[in-house]
Amino acid sequence: MLNKYPMWKNIMVMLIIAVGSFYAIPNLFGEDHAVQIVATRGAEVTVSTQTTVVDLLESQDIAVKRAELENGQLLVRVQNPEQQLVAKEAIAELLGQKYTVALNLAPATPAWLEAVGGSPMKLGLDLRGGVHFLMEVDMGEAVRKMEAAKIADFRSQLREEKIRYAGIRKTPKGIAIKFRDAETVVEAEDFLKIRSNDMTYTDASSGDEFMLLATMSDTYLTQIKEEALKQNMTILRNRVNELGVAEPVVQRQGAERIIVELPGVQDTARAKEILGATASIEFRMVDDKADVSAAANGRVPAGAEVYKRREGGIAVLKKEVMLTGDHITGAQPTFDQYSRPQVAINLDAEGGSIFSNVTKDNIGKPMATLFIEYKDSGTRNPDGTVKMTRIEEVISVATIQARLGRNFVITGLEHSESQSLALLLRAGALIAPITIVEERTIGPSLGAENIQNGVQAMVWGMVVVLIFMMIYYRAFGFIANLALMANLIMVVGVMSMIPGAVLTLPGIAGMVLTVGMAVDGNVLIFERIREELLNGRSVQQAIHEGYGNAFSTIADANITTFMTALILFAVGTGAVKGFAVTLMIGIATSMFTAIIGTRSIVNAVWGGKRVKSLSI
Amino acid sequence: MFQIFSVKNTVDFLRHAMPISVMSMILVIASFVSLGVQGINWGLDFTGGTVVEMEFSAPVDLSALRAKMTSAEAEGAVVQNFGSSRDILVRLPVRETLKSDVQVAAVLAAAQTIDSAVIQKRVEFVGPQVGKQLAEQGGLAVIVALICILIYVSFRFEWRLAAGSVAALAHDVIVTLGVFSVLQLEFDLTVLAGLLTVVGYSLNDTIVVYDRIRENFLKMRKGSPIEVVNTSITQTMSRTVITTGTTLVTVIALFLKGGTMIHGFATALLLGIFVGTYSSIFVASYLAVKLGINREHMLPVEIEKEGADQPAMMP
Repeated sequence: MLNKYPMWKNIMVMLIIAVGSFYAIPNLFGEDHAVQIVATRGAEVTVSTQTTVVDLLESQDIAVKRAELENGQLLVRVQNPEQQLVAKEAIAELLGQKYTVALNLAPATPAWLEAVGGSPMKLGLDLRGGVHFLMEVDMGEAVRKMEAAKIADFRSQLREEKIRYAGIRKTPKGIAIKFRDAETVVEAEDFLKIRSNDMTYTDASSGDEFMLLATMSDTYLTQIKEEALKQNMTILRNRVNELGVAEPVVQRQGAERIIVELPGVQDTARAKEILGATASIEFRMVDDKADVSAAANGRVPAGAEVYKRREGGIAVLKKEVMLTGDHITGAQPTFDQYSRPQVAINLDAEGGSIFSNVTKDNIGKPMATLFIEYKDSGTRNPDGTVKMTRIEEVISVATIQARLGRNFVITGLEHSESQSLALLLRAGALIAPITIVEERTIGPSLGAENIQNGVQAMVWGMVVVLIFMMIYYRAFGFIANLALMANLIMVVGVMSMIPGAVLTLPGIAGMVLTVGMAVDGNVLIFERIREELLNGRSVQQAIHEGYGNAFSTIADANITTFMTALILFAVGTGAVKGFAVTLMIGIATSMFTAIIGTRSIVNAVWGGKRVKSLSI
Repeated sequence: MFQIFSVKNTVDFLRHAMPISVMSMILVIASFVSLGVQGINWGLDFTGGTVVEMEFSAPVDLSALRAKMTSAEAEGAVVQNFGSSRDILVRLPVRETLKSDVQVAAVLAAAQTIDSAVIQKRVEFVGPQVGKQLAEQGGLAVIVALICILIYVSFRFEWRLAAGSVAALAHDVIVTLGVFSVLQLEFDLTVLAGLLTVVGYSLNDTIVVYDRIRENFLKMRKGSPIEVVNTSITQTMSRTVITTGTTLVTVIALFLKGGTMIHGFATALLLGIFVGTYSSIFVASYLAVKLGINREHMLPVEIEKEGADQPAMMP
């Protein structure tokens, strides 16, 4: 018999729609007003912090809806915005300088929904308000630095191997190494090919000029750029985290750009100064003759200074700076042969020779690593600019074991410490400067207005389409309307499920458009059924043929539209991408609901029995 | 059952195709001329610069506000209403010697002399570098989309039809751009998104007609290509009218209710839906006929295999 779906197919349709709808549910709950507490340097948010904060709020008659401790962050939800403000001030006062306390909005998804991965759609900046930066990493500078480091590498490597060269310099074509005769060129090429295999070498000798030309291979260039981008992203991410912003976005955009989005932040000037703030490293000798307890009481020997140590206590360092972080070109956490954690550091050529000289004279003495950072103090100068505070702390003290060159390790650290030190060292040494090329600030009220407008447009468009379909196709129109609504719910569900999908204003436009175009599939099918009926086919045959014939048309039409959406997604940025995502999801879900979804209802109502006429 | 468009009598669409396609050609040429002479009014997303959106507590006299923005920092500012008479949008060009912060501060200071309760709602700064790249990427996206579609349609249908569909798409893009140029409507990122959607929509329409053409070539053993095409267009007409209608309704809703920020998007789509529907008949189908499409081109390649006579895609 025609037009019967097997049971499993009906169950599958219901299951898919149920799952889609289920994950759309979190969007109904809205957002809670919350206070976010993040620990800054030297502090930690723990269960006891949580208890203290909750007790404090309860003593002030502020009802706490929920307090969650996650990823070292504490999120306290309260009833309304007034309480939120009071709570923030009280908590900030209680916890003091070591914590960042910020206002926040948190999705009010119930815990059981969250447990199964349910979360509402993420709203883009245009719907939520906040600041957006597009930053460009100066890759030319990154490559220049690496080239300079390479030149120094060549010098020391050739010298070590006792291969005599006449000179090394940078030319527009690459790094040119001059030699006195042809044999040395060959010898040097063979040696360097093994030692520095990330470069490609060509013999560029002409006449009585013997020269080897080293150029960076494309893979090496990409690697340098990749590295520079990653480092800058790490730095930016650290700084953004310290700002205490909820759901910040630090994302790469193409080969050399980084997007930073800070929802809820309104003050671009402040955000810019924090993101642009610098951190650096200094290496200094420890004044081992100084009396630490005397120094703590203010009796500091001449030529020395007292600094706090990260793990507590103080250290007395000589004033003279041996080396600054500008010379660090890389830092990786590794392990020594006894699998003890250490941090491997690479210096540039200049830093290498300075360091080698200093360490030669100081074997057996302790050396300190001082971390310096400029941070937003939370207050402003009279002219409106943000007042920055200089924070200095000793992050490690290690004894110099041997004369050190360009590459050395810092030992005596815990595993986690070595990780974070490597990160901080890298962060302190920005390979390439960043510039802001695009900046957007959107007020929160504008965001709310946008959502309202979009939803209104959607409701209006949808109501008209629903009414028309009901009148024009009667029972079948009603089924198409069910499919349309299921489609819309599924788009929301899928958008909520996909972690990277963000709803933007053009995204809402994409949804509105989906409503208009989604009916196309049903219109095609229904028109086909009508045609077949007019041609004198039986009811069952008409339904069967109608769905069958329309399918290839719908598939072709949707595949091509999907292709354009995909291209949009590939080349577009922010807002356009958002539109492409909703359009793609809309196409996929509308094909499912319009073809399979409606078919399963049609089959259930009319399929497999004697029907004289159709309500179409 | 009632019908908007009856399928009983085949309408001779192609009879009027000649004069109409001449008109299309004129439209395309006019668009090119306008694009060449006055170009496109590129929005901030493409030119680079700063946009400041402000909300005043009471309706503002634009000329009074303009008169206040005379300081060197606010030079070259374009002041316009944005949605309502209380909402003002100021566009500032990129100035090499001047930071955008300074420009924005000057604009706000000028606004505050008129209304101290003015609220700054949105500030956007886009570097000219980004704009250039966007324009290149946008143009590239359209070209890549056209090529992909050309390949897909050639593969699924036939090269004459593929040529027709791509010509129709190029026609739609050029005419829509032309209208934006003639009316000097602002062309921003959302308009670009709209334009690409138009490509998708117009193609949707063309494919539906083509699908029927292919089917009818196989079914109608006697008809001439022109008759087959006419029949196909007539048969799909009621679907076209309904789908265009429902899409138009939602786009009009967007245009009227969606707010100022997606006005450009809605405008591009409104235009594109008209142009796209018309081009699927008078450009895509007509060109395929002119290229000499006939029954033989549509016959499936004969493969001596079981099931080869079955339609390729069935649910």
